[in-house]
Amino acid sequence: MTARVRLPASIKRGEIVEVRTLVTHVMETGHRTGDDGKTVPRRILNSFVARFQGKDVVRMALAPAIAANPYIAFHFRATASGPLEMEWTDDDGSTVRHVENVTVS
Amino acid sequence: MEPDEIETSRLSRRLLLGAGTAAGLVGIVSRSASAQALRPGAHLDAIRKIEAGRSAQSGRVRIRMAEIIENGASVPVTVVGEGPADGPDRIKALHVVADDNPNPEVFSVEFGPDAPRAEIATRIRLSKTMNVIAFAETADGKLFRTAVEARVTVGGCGA
Repeated sequence: MTARVRLPASIKRGEIVEVRTLVTHVMETGHRTGDDGKTVPRRILNSFVARFQGKDVVRMALAPAIAANPYIAFHFRATASGPLEMEWTDDDGSTVRHVENVTVS
Repeated sequence: MEPDEIETSRLSRRLLLGAGTAAGLVGIVSRSASAQALRPGAHLDAIRKIEAGRSAQSGRVRIRMAEIIENGASVPVTVVGEGPADGPDRIKALHVVADDNPNPEVFSVEFGPDAPRAEIATRIRLSKTMNVIAFAETADGKLFRTAVEARVTVGGCGA
């Protein structure tokens, strides 16, 4: 599982910035029948959190209805330079972490 | 229609007719039998959980998505909560329900007090044509609701 995150090339202090994220993940719904005729067990990323300046920007609960390779876009206010931390949590407890170092001009 | 769905609706008909129920009801029952919801009324439970005894007003929440969807496996959706970015009237959470998916919940998102916009874009699965319902919740607990019908030509594998 890897995350790809896109921010604008240049960011002004105080600007509202759109962040676009994409993670590679099958998002197995738990309703699909595999080649062996058995139900493929559910395995999804069930949460996404983004933090900036020590505070949550978004905290999102994901259901199996989120498409494979989840795409999530949100906004934050770039009040200062610093890390934008993002974390996705899998049903199995593992996490995908990604940090974008935001530099404001 | 999948073979097992045809079987289910035939079964419902037989049961109904056997019980001597009015023929007018048959249409309704076979429709719900062919629906893919795992549990009938699952979306009502999901909605009740979001409403938590409150009644939702219209306005202040918008859903942006295509009217006709060719591929239900990945449907771009943007949900926007409108109004002030801070104070008790700011939108602090959005909830989305797809009323005929096997699992009707789609996502719930909470915005931190510093979040400048109550807006989320993502891609969702829709197993067939259905209503997508969005709720926006203010920091002081007011609830707003909107719904759109998503017409799906090829369903996404059951979410």
